[in-house]
Amino acid sequence: MNLVLAKTETARELSDIFDVARDRLPGSGKVADARRQAFEVYERAGLPHRRIEDWKYTDLRVLMREVLPPAPAPDAGAFKLAGTALKSHAIAGVRRLVLVDGVFAPQLSDLDDFDQGLSVRTLREVLEAGDTALQAQLLSPDSSDPMVALSGAMMTDGLVIEVADGAVLTKPLHIVHIATAAQPVAMFTRSLLKLGKTAGATLVESYIGADGVKTYQVHDSLLLTVGDGARLDHVRLVEDGREAFNICAAVVTLGAHAHFSTFGMTSGGNVSRYQAVITVAGEHSRVETSGVNLLNGRQHADTTLFLDHAVPNGASREVFRAVVDDRGHSVFQGRIIVRPKAQKTDARMMTRALLLSDDAEADNKPELEIFADDVACGHGATTGALDESLLFYLRARGLSEKEAQALLIQAFVGEAIEQIANDDLRGLAISAAERWLAARS
Amino acid sequence: MLGTRHKWKKMMSLLEVKDLQVRVDEREILHGLSLTVNPGEIHAIMGPNGSGKSTLSHVIAGKPGYEVTGGEILFKGEDLLEMSPDERAVKGVFLAFQYPVEIPGVTTINFLRTALNAQRKARGEAEFLVPDFLKKMRSVAGSLNIPMDMLKRGVNVGFSGGEKKRNEILQMALFEPSLCILDEMDSGLDIDALRVAADGVNALRSPDRAMVVITHYQRLLNYIVPDFVHVMSKGRVVKSGGKELALELEASGYAQFEDAA
Repeated sequence: MNLVLAKTETARELSDIFDVARDRLPGSGKVADARRQAFEVYERAGLPHRRIEDWKYTDLRVLMREVLPPAPAPDAGAFKLAGTALKSHAIAGVRRLVLVDGVFAPQLSDLDDFDQGLSVRTLREVLEAGDTALQAQLLSPDSSDPMVALSGAMMTDGLVIEVADGAVLTKPLHIVHIATAAQPVAMFTRSLLKLGKTAGATLVESYIGADGVKTYQVHDSLLLTVGDGARLDHVRLVEDGREAFNICAAVVTLGAHAHFSTFGMTSGGNVSRYQAVITVAGEHSRVETSGVNLLNGRQHADTTLFLDHAVPNGASREVFRAVVDDRGHSVFQGRIIVRPKAQKTDARMMTRALLLSDDAEADNKPELEIFADDVACGHGATTGALDESLLFYLRARGLSEKEAQALLIQAFVGEAIEQIANDDLRGLAISAAERWLAARS
Repeated sequence: MLGTRHKWKKMMSLLEVKDLQVRVDEREILHGLSLTVNPGEIHAIMGPNGSGKSTLSHVIAGKPGYEVTGGEILFKGEDLLEMSPDERAVKGVFLAFQYPVEIPGVTTINFLRTALNAQRKARGEAEFLVPDFLKKMRSVAGSLNIPMDMLKRGVNVGFSGGEKKRNEILQMALFEPSLCILDEMDSGLDIDALRVAADGVNALRSPDRAMVVITHYQRLLNYIVPDFVHVMSKGRVVKSGGKELALELEASGYAQFEDAA
């Protein structure tokens, strides 16, 4: 093919930005080469659009239009803003690890009294001076998806956390992404959490904007490895500012007899996309994924899960709920693939959407691809409005229309929130939902 | 508040339904129904299926889907039809549903507390704190033989017919309404469940509270003895009398009134 596609102006700008930035990005040699290759992967594809099946409902060329320039390194003012924002999103009893405008902020993080077997480093450290195997792992997912490739090419910082074999963390880890910039900028981050054999950890991720932030973009990716017999509980809360874009991906690999439980809630942001690829690579492992979208205004939130049962005797559960008001748009795509040798797989997926207005939209796309013949798999999807007879019953008992709706919405999302095993974290998700409901009325 | 309360009590009836005409989907169901209920009274409304008994109860409670084309309903002297269903509940109207709905994911305790506090808040009264609420609920539930584990389940989820009706009476006891409408409380209940439910209702009889008992069968009225019995047929009250009218109906059936209407 001799066809040379003319670059659009925004693509050219980004390319210039990468050329200028790459010498200052952490890592040289192989890391720098990998970044360049990743950027080429992104450049060839550009922003994903509706003709790419996985991005069918989230056309970034329409919704996001361009990738913003990278955020400047945070200064004292940024850390101050971040500190204030943290106060309203602090969780008691966790080990907090804070990224401000895409850069690790030790002064806002808890770095004392580490559990035996816990190692926390920054992505910058590891890319600049880490062992090559770990570097290779950090750079591994970049060929798969243009947005993941972009985050790999541009990543400035993140956390590289390792939990040694047999170590069970006493405190949940809480990674907080805070945007503070007053100018429209993008943050590129990547984190990794590796659980050794029979290790145990809880990871919470929060995405927030400081007071007064306007448009910003979060480009984050997370690599999780759950070793044999290990257990990882994961909660992510997207509470970004209302003009924010949040484009995140997770790549998860489970060993044998491992347990991965993950819950995500998106109530903030303007446009968000969370794409998780979960591979069950060891036998007798269990995955529980659940999530809730709470949307109003013109918010758009896309959760795309790809669950790959590669070996026999795996089990997975997906429970997803969307509540959409005004002109909000919720997308749930759940694909389960059961490979030919993954006999005795038990996989279930249920997604339900609740539309609170005539202009609200929910797209639910469950897909099962089953290549093994001795499996138990099922999926279901429903979309509807609140049940009028239930609303009348509650109103006849003295609840106002908004109060009656709120109670039924809480019950609706409760089915997904109940999947969170940790009481404190479940309480956190419930209060995030309550905040959203309170803001409605 | 006390002053106005005293005023309506002295001057007017609790509930006045005057020449009520109601349509559902272009079809007229009630053709000029009138009914006056004073505090402390128990009225039974009897009649064959399709006579408009349940429509009357739904219109009083404010269920959507009914078009009032004529007449009025005054409650404590105020225009009830102008109020939303929750405003009516706050003012003291309570409908015990013929078929109480199931609400999965909302525990009965949470529902009761939310509803009670919503009503109190709307009336400008202090909301119940959890310990006070639990104390009150335990004593009411105990008197109705409702075990606590039933209250921890989703509202009416997996409840038997009798349990659902007892849950309605529990709400009546907690909310202390001034007008209780019991819509076919006996449907689906065996004799023992009926007796428990009726005992619960009788315990709530009070000079300040009126009840409208809607039933197809006379049987319920052996347990909840009315002061007045009204016979409905084809959307009107065709005969009113004392409790002996119910016995008369039991003997002769509704057929005589079908022609009269």
